[in-house]
Formats: sequence, C-alpha cells, structure tokens
Amino acid sequence: MQQPGRAAEIKANGIGKSFGSFRALDDLTLDIGRGEFLTLLGPSGSGKTTFLMILAGFVQPSEGRLFSDGVDITDRPAEQRAAGMVFQGYALFPHMSVEQNIAFPLKVRKKSATEIKRRVGEMVERVGLKGHEKKLPAQLSGGQQQRVALARALVFEPGVLLLDEPFSALDKSLRGQMQAEMKRLHQETGTTFVFVTHDQSEALALSSRVAIFNHGKLLQVGRPDEVYDRPDNRFVAEFLGEINMLPVKGVKPADNGATGLCEDRAVNMRCKAEKVRGDAILAIRPEHMSIAREAAAGENGIAATAIASTYLGAATKLDLTTRQGAKVTVSVPNEVAAAALSKGNSVWLTWPAEKGFLLPDGGQ
Amino acid sequence: MRGTLSDRMGAALLMAPLLLFLILAYAWPFLGVVKWSFTLPTPGFGQYHALLTDDLVQSVFIRTLRIAAIVTVVSVTAAYAITVVWVRGSPVQRVLAEFCILVPFWISVLTRAFGWVALLSNRGLINTWLQSIGFISEPLTLVRNEFGVIVGMSHFLIPFAVFPLASAMRSLDERVLLAARGLGSSRMRTFWTVFVPMTRSGIIGSALITFVFSLGFFVTPAILGGGRSVMIAELIYLRIFQSPDWGLGAAISVVLVVFVGALMALVFRYVKPKQLV
Repeated sequence: MQQPGRAAEIKANGIGKSFGSFRALDDLTLDIGRGEFLTLLGPSGSGKTTFLMILAGFVQPSEGRLFSDGVDITDRPAEQRAAGMVFQGYALFPHMSVEQNIAFPLKVRKKSATEIKRRVGEMVERVGLKGHEKKLPAQLSGGQQQRVALARALVFEPGVLLLDEPFSALDKSLRGQMQAEMKRLHQETGTTFVFVTHDQSEALALSSRVAIFNHGKLLQVGRPDEVYDRPDNRFVAEFLGEINMLPVKGVKPADNGATGLCEDRAVNMRCKAEKVRGDAILAIRPEHMSIAREAAAGENGIAATAIASTYLGAATKLDLTTRQGAKVTVSVPNEVAAAALSKGNSVWLTWPAEKGFLLPDGGQ
Repeated sequence: MRGTLSDRMGAALLMAPLLLFLILAYAWPFLGVVKWSFTLPTPGFGQYHALLTDDLVQSVFIRTLRIAAIVTVVSVTAAYAITVVWVRGSPVQRVLAEFCILVPFWISVLTRAFGWVALLSNRGLINTWLQSIGFISEPLTLVRNEFGVIVGMSHFLIPFAVFPLASAMRSLDERVLLAARGLGSSRMRTFWTVFVPMTRSGIIGSALITFVFSLGFFVTPAILGGGRSVMIAELIYLRIFQSPDWGLGAAISVVLVVFVGALMALVFRYVKPKQLV
C-alpha cells in the first residue's frame, strides 16, 4: 500500500508551550525516525498530548520549530500537514456511514470516484469491517468504531499517524486485540506512528521507542528495554513498573561497573557510576530478584523477612522487609514463595550485578 | 418497577399544576372555539365549507404560509450565523453576540414594529440615505407590503431561533471538527460537510419554532403590512371583532391549530423532541 520511504521523519527542536502561566511543554527536542513506532508516555498533564497536538497542528507552540522531512512545518495549518490522527473517543463523523467516514480524507483530496471506491474497499477489508460499510458509527461496537477511526486515518497514506490514547475506552481483552492489530498495521503500512498513552505496559509492548514525559519535560527516550532496564531517573524507573529502591553508601567506580555498601554488605553494579557518587539509590525490578537460603561471598544479596504474599497465578508477589527496614517486593515462582513464608520467614534476596542500577539519592 | 412507577407518579404530580393551568387557560376555551365553528350561525359544517370556497380566506392562508416559510429561512439562516459567533467566537465576539440576542427581548414587539416603520418608510432613514448618496431617485417601497412584514417578523424571531441552534452547537464534540481538519479538510469544507450536518437537529428545532410562531403573528403584520398583507391571525381578529362572523373566525382558528399540530407530529416522527432543545 505504501512505500516505507514515504513515511515521515520528524524533528522537534526546542518546542515549548505555555497556556497562560501554565507551562505545558518545556524545551522539547526529539527526533522521530522514518517508520518508527514512538510512544509518548506520561501521567495526565505531563505534556505528551500537548506535543501530539503540536505535531498535528492543532496547537501552535510558543517557541521552537518543527520539521517534517527537513521542511519547517511549524506554521503550517493542520489541514495541510497530512498527518493521520486517531482521537480518544474516535471522533467519527456521526452523520456519515462507515464507508463515508473512511472516504472523507480522499474526497477532501479530490480523488476520483473509482479510486475512492477501490481504496475504501481495500481499507475496509484490511481492518476487518466488511459487511459494516453502510452502518452509522452509533450502530457499531467500541472496537469496530476504533477500526473505522484507524481506517479513516490511514486511507490517505499519511506520512505519520498520530494516536491519542486510542484504546482508553476499550475493555482489556479488546484492547489486547486492537494493540496486535495496530502493530500489524504499522508493519504493513510502514508509516511513522506516534502514539500517546499513560499505560506503561501498552507503551513497552508496542513501541520501537518510548519517550517518557513528566511536568512538561521529556525525561528519557529509548527502546522499551533501555528505558525499562536502564532508566535515567527515579520517575522513569517508577513509572515503567514496580521497582525496589535500596539505599547504597560509598558508591565508587570499580572494574566494569561500580561498588557500594547496601545494608552493610558490599554490592556490585554493572552500571557506570559517572553521575552518582557517595550515597545513592540502588534500583532493582521485582522480577530480577530471587529468594535464596544464603548469599555466597561476592554475590549481591541482603537479608530480609517475608511478611506477605499475593498469588498472581503465574507467579507470586512476595513482600519483604530488610534488616534496616526497607520494603522490597519480589516476583517469584509460587512454590518458592510458599517455602519462604514457611521457613521462619527469614531469607536472602539476591540479584545479578547487571540487573541493579544506580539512581541519584533523593528527588528525581 | 415499583420505583419507576412512583417516580412517574411523582413527576406527574409535579407537573399537575401546569397541566391544570394549560387545560383551564387553553384547552377548555379552545373547545369553546371548536363548538362555535360548528354551531354559529347555524349548526353544521357550513363554516368549513365556506373556508374551502372563500377566495379571501384561501389567499390569506397561502400568504401566511409563504411569509412564514420565508421568515423561517431568513431567521434560521441569520440565527445560525449569530449562534456560531456566540458559541464559537472569541470572548469579545461572544459578548457582542449575546448582546445582540438579548437586547430585542427587552423591547416590546410594538416598539420594534414602529421602529422598522421609521427605518423603512418612504421618508424613513434607509430611503433618505439611499437617495442622498444618489443610489436611487425614487424611494423604494419597503414597508406596508410583504417585504416590511418579513423584515419585522424575522427581526422578532431571530433570538428565538438562536436557542435550539446554540444547544445543538454546544453539545457537538469538538474533536470531530479537529478530526476533519486533521484529515485535510479546510475550515470552509469542515463547516459545510461536518459542522452543519451535525447541528441538523438544532436547525429543525429552530425552524419549527420559527415557523409555528410566524403563523400566529398579529401585531407585526398589522403595522408593517399596513392592511395590504393581512395574515391569518389578523383575519381571525377581523372576523371576530369587526364583521362579527364568529363562526368563520372560529373555523379558521381550528384549521390553524390542527395544521400546527399535524406539522409538529410530522416533525417529531423524524426527530425526537429531546434533540430539539
């Protein structure tokens, strides 16, 4: 349907936006690659939607420039940007049938009737809406409306597709189905996708890169595994999923990493200690910690007491307290959790050196 | 089920005083009018037969429908423009539009009719001005004809036409308009292909109110029509108070009420009353 070469490459250069005294977006510089699936992730009010609206041309930035394929489009009105957009709540035209909704962008572009018919037909098939062409949006289910919105935004082969929390109204199973569908559409069309969500698991599952926003600032951008395993700061670490934070003292560089003291035991980290010296926070994801009877010398480990468990089916979540009172959560196989709780509750927590990372002590 | 039943009873009780008032003030007297139309001067269908054969009554009926239709088109169109500014304009525009909508409510219909006479008459403001700039040599006949009636009635009805439109425009999902523009549609095209169709129920409500209202106009056509473009309400008045022919006056009233009732029933078949307000 579309040559990948037609996907747009977008550059945001120092974009900022103020609404009165409220700073919605601050000095954002970000490159969005050709054909990339970039997710803008953050809590509400973090600036991610404002940035999407600036990309679409619905909001004019207060400062900074925006480039598409090297052309400055900052002052170009929305209707001339040719970005496909899927809105929260879909924003279908309620007075038009499925077919007419999908044909709208083609009609606007004055395509011939035969071409419109052919391309709408293809698109209807592609998103699985065959047989629903003549229905009005109000006669469709949420998932079907979502498909119409996607079809309408993709039918004119835009260089970039912008998606504003498109799945927030769907129930969980349908959401998973639509996510898979969207991934497939991304691969098939080769178009650049920019996707806004506040759901971190959705972001990690779908994207080629994730950009995390908070308070109008872009905090980090990287591949899902990069931002998950190597967050730059505490906010990113916590926003992407549950994480244990242990205070470490006397952090200093060592062979291929850093060392420090955690609960009076020497621990090794693979990450560099460039930004962090002295006191810091050691962050470890729950699934990267294991329960052991004891930690061998030279192995990373701390003593802890199991206090509660939550059965999650595939695994059990175990809550523990360390000797110095830090709360830790680990995700372990069900039988390990049962054993840990029965064995006088006192266990050792261990983790591989490369799974722990250092964050500056306190604040962000 | 018991809950809904008692809820309905409660609602009915709350509305009871209003219903009672409507029955006493409108339905009961109207039944009297229906009775006259069949009994005066002699019992039977004589007056309705006369209606069908009386050229004057028929021409007044047709004129009334024509004027009402033109006034409806003019008022709804003008009201649409004003409402767009009122609902979607900048804060300053909103205040100005609101002013234009509300001020006419403070001035009586009589004052406004005479105001239009002063503007439109042969030596009125408009003719004097057009002559002074040399645009016309003879004054235009702008009043004491259908044109004057249409101007005066439209001016009166525009504010009423605004409200159903405003409620339709306010409930419209802003994102749908953004979506249209994002898909490449110009502002003009978005207005005509998305905005206007989406306010359809408001347009119907507005047209219905204006049309029904214009059918019963009395003061404005009497003053601005100058006896030359008599409308149905004035004809009823003349039949009852001047050429005492109560039976015919009553018959015309009944036909008018039945016509309006049928029209509303027809519209409500296609649009739910809820969508109109």
